[in-house]
Amino acid sequence: MTKAQSLWNQGVKIGAIGGVSVLIISLIGMVESFGKRDIIAGVLPMGVAIALIISILAAYMAAKKTPISDKSIQFANAVVSGLVISGFLAAFVMIGRSFNIREMLVGASPVLYSILTGGVAGAGGIFLLLLTGLLCGAFAGILYMLRDLPRRLTVNALLTIFILGLLQELILPILKAWDVGMINYLAGLFYTLNGLTPVGAILSVVIFCILYLLWNANQGAIKSKYAALPKEARKKSQIAALIVLAVILIVLPQFLGLFLSEVITIVGLYVLLGLGLNIVVGYAGLLDLGYVAFFAIGSYVVALLTSPQIFAFGLNFWQALPIAVICGILAGVMLGIPVLKMRGDYLAIATLGFGEIIRILVLSDFLRPWLGGAQGIGSIPNPNLFGFQMVKPQHIYYLLLAGIILVIFISLRLKKSKIGRAWMAMREDEDVAQAMGINLVATKLLAFATGAGFSALSGAIFASKIGSVYPHSFNVFISINVVCIVIIGGIGSLPGIVVGAAVLMGLPELLREFAEYRMFVYGVALVIVMLLRPEGLLPEARHKMEFHDETEAGAKTVA
Amino acid sequence: MAMLELRNVHAHYGKIHALKDISITVNKGEIVTLIGGNGAGKSTTLKTISGTLKPSAGQIFLDGEDLGAYPAHEIVTKGIVQVPEGRRVFGQLTVLENLDLGAFTSKDKKRDAGTIEKIFHMFPRLAERSKQLAGTLSGGEQQMLAMGRALMAAPKILLLDEPSMGLAPVLVDSVFDTIKALHAEGTTILLVEQNARMALKTASRGYVIQTGKVILEDDAKKLLENEMVKKAYMGD
Ligand SMILES: Nc1ncnc2c1ncn2[C@@H]1O[C@H](COP(=O)(O)OP(=O)(O)OP(=O)(O)O)[C@@H](O)[C@H]1O
Ligand SMILES: [Mg+2]
Repeated sequence: MTKAQSLWNQGVKIGAIGGVSVLIISLIGMVESFGKRDIIAGVLPMGVAIALIISILAAYMAAKKTPISDKSIQFANAVVSGLVISGFLAAFVMIGRSFNIREMLVGASPVLYSILTGGVAGAGGIFLLLLTGLLCGAFAGILYMLRDLPRRLTVNALLTIFILGLLQELILPILKAWDVGMINYLAGLFYTLNGLTPVGAILSVVIFCILYLLWNANQGAIKSKYAALPKEARKKSQIAALIVLAVILIVLPQFLGLFLSEVITIVGLYVLLGLGLNIVVGYAGLLDLGYVAFFAIGSYVVALLTSPQIFAFGLNFWQALPIAVICGILAGVMLGIPVLKMRGDYLAIATLGFGEIIRILVLSDFLRPWLGGAQGIGSIPNPNLFGFQMVKPQHIYYLLLAGIILVIFISLRLKKSKIGRAWMAMREDEDVAQAMGINLVATKLLAFATGAGFSALSGAIFASKIGSVYPHSFNVFISINVVCIVIIGGIGSLPGIVVGAAVLMGLPELLREFAEYRMFVYGVALVIVMLLRPEGLLPEARHKMEFHDETEAGAKTVA
Repeated sequence: MAMLELRNVHAHYGKIHALKDISITVNKGEIVTLIGGNGAGKSTTLKTISGTLKPSAGQIFLDGEDLGAYPAHEIVTKGIVQVPEGRRVFGQLTVLENLDLGAFTSKDKKRDAGTIEKIFHMFPRLAERSKQLAGTLSGGEQQMLAMGRALMAAPKILLLDEPSMGLAPVLVDSVFDTIKALHAEGTTILLVEQNARMALKTASRGYVIQTGKVILEDDAKKLLENEMVKKAYMGD
């Protein structure tokens, strides 16, 4: 290979990767179905936005990976890769328009071609597509050459538009709920019923830039001022922040409509599950893929004890709740005993089996007289608090909030306790932990039992929230969702779990187009997180250290 | 009375008969060494003592008490503490956390703090690196940490499994100096080594073990002069 060729290698290679990526998301229908939702109304559909983001990212990488640090070559490489991407798409559109490839590729529809060519027919559309690729590449190239601050400003401003547009269904109803003239006016100024208004997009960028620059100019001063505060004052400001957070959490449902409250209770259920699995996976290092089993057990115990169907025990939710949690804990121990000697992959497979066993048991005809079989159990009464029926999702929200706070409190205490240290040692090296005097059997069972108890708590609330339980609600995907939440959020990190649950469970509910691609998006998200941020979105301090130890640990010992 | 006594101990890994009728005694205040080639059964002997492998026959006594009924984690509380082969520190925990876990069974926080002081005094390198992840320590530092961690449990008898393994000669010397220092403070030590010469120079008595059997036992000085030992284990 000649030297001149090798200069362009990266541009072409990364362009090809980007082109194939955009092609894939197009062919599986993402661009098309996301095309119905606009980020900026009438200007930028979401499907196109995603394709653009991928293209710019690829072009940026191409500039970055250019073997020599010659600005014009880096820029040219970015442009090349942008052109290669659009070239792929252009070739695809031309082939698709002249041959019938739909029989093989269902996603290759005329609507898709029209989206990709900006709605312009014939050669003009192809030209527009290529031009867009060129511009993406040029934009990425310029971005790469900018200094740090303007680059961050540009990227974050664009992301702000994307996120504001994406979260319209979250933000708009909250604004409207106030029903104040001024706010209604603002809502109308920024949002249409489908995406930001162009004016709103521009305003958002301007406001964002001002805030960002202000923060950027003053953050050093603010931080050092905060650091200079006496310890007590710092503690006070932390408490104040906690109180503000608490107030927000308490009044939140007032501003959320029915739909958003529903979404937030789903997130809450998964936060509880995540916190429980975090004990097992994050603290004790035992990979449990059958975690849904305990969720199911919690649900079914509440169903059996409170529903008039089947047994008609006639207990109320509050009486059934502790029993459900205890049953979960016992099940955790029962699962724990046979897998005591297993580690790593073997443990993961065995627990996976356990999760399926529970689901198949409740589904079975053999147990139908006691567990309801495929029909499940219905007529589960809502929780009743001092004569007040908790029927709406807003009410369940408070129930979940209380549960989450309790579980976070227990998790924090456990982590600092002797048990927490034993889990940590066991996670690192079982044999040595034992040689330190740690009782492996008890330590492991305790981890399984605690995690299972939290999961059962979540299940109990779930059952009384939806009023009926069916075996198919407890499939293996719940376990996988929870594992993803814990890993993407940051193993061992409690705030990470809340963020992970909000992103992985909340976003897909808000973006219903996502639902179809949920597993695809999870897969991509997992790969990206593992590549770029293996410690998770909001990592625990320790894990951050693990992944970046060369620099940070060194710096710390010097300091 | 012997502090630690193995009486006709046999041990199996499944069908593999790894220890065949091993009898060993260690008296209070002694350094006793166990030497032998690869796969002779040295580590296995230590495992049966610390309870992670239960003997298939025979008994193990500590101060006259039969340890047969105790699980491994309780044997630690009796005062038998092992430094495992290959260092095995908790790599993703800090030096301080490692030491802290060494005192897992201890209920006396004050004494633990004192022990940490002592260990940092003995190994100043660990003190400098107390907040560093143990996995990022050098091999020699990890060995120091593994020993320090074992000391946190205030052992009556310390079982060392090849502490000089994989260390440069200078570090080997310093490890043996540490062993002597610990001994001088009154710790009883059972030392497993492949470095027979150093081990026999440090110990008062020694056992030679081959394919699961004790084939020789004597004063360390005499073993140092034994032709067979010289030939087989010191490369003379
Ligand atoms: N976990 C195990 N499972 C099966 N066999 C084992 C196990 N551990 C050790 N053995 C076998 O038992 C015998 C004694 O092993 P041991 O580890 O005690 O040797 P060693 O004297 O410590 O050797 P080295 O100096 O190489 O560490 C060997 O034949 C070994 O293969
Ligand atoms: Mg060995």
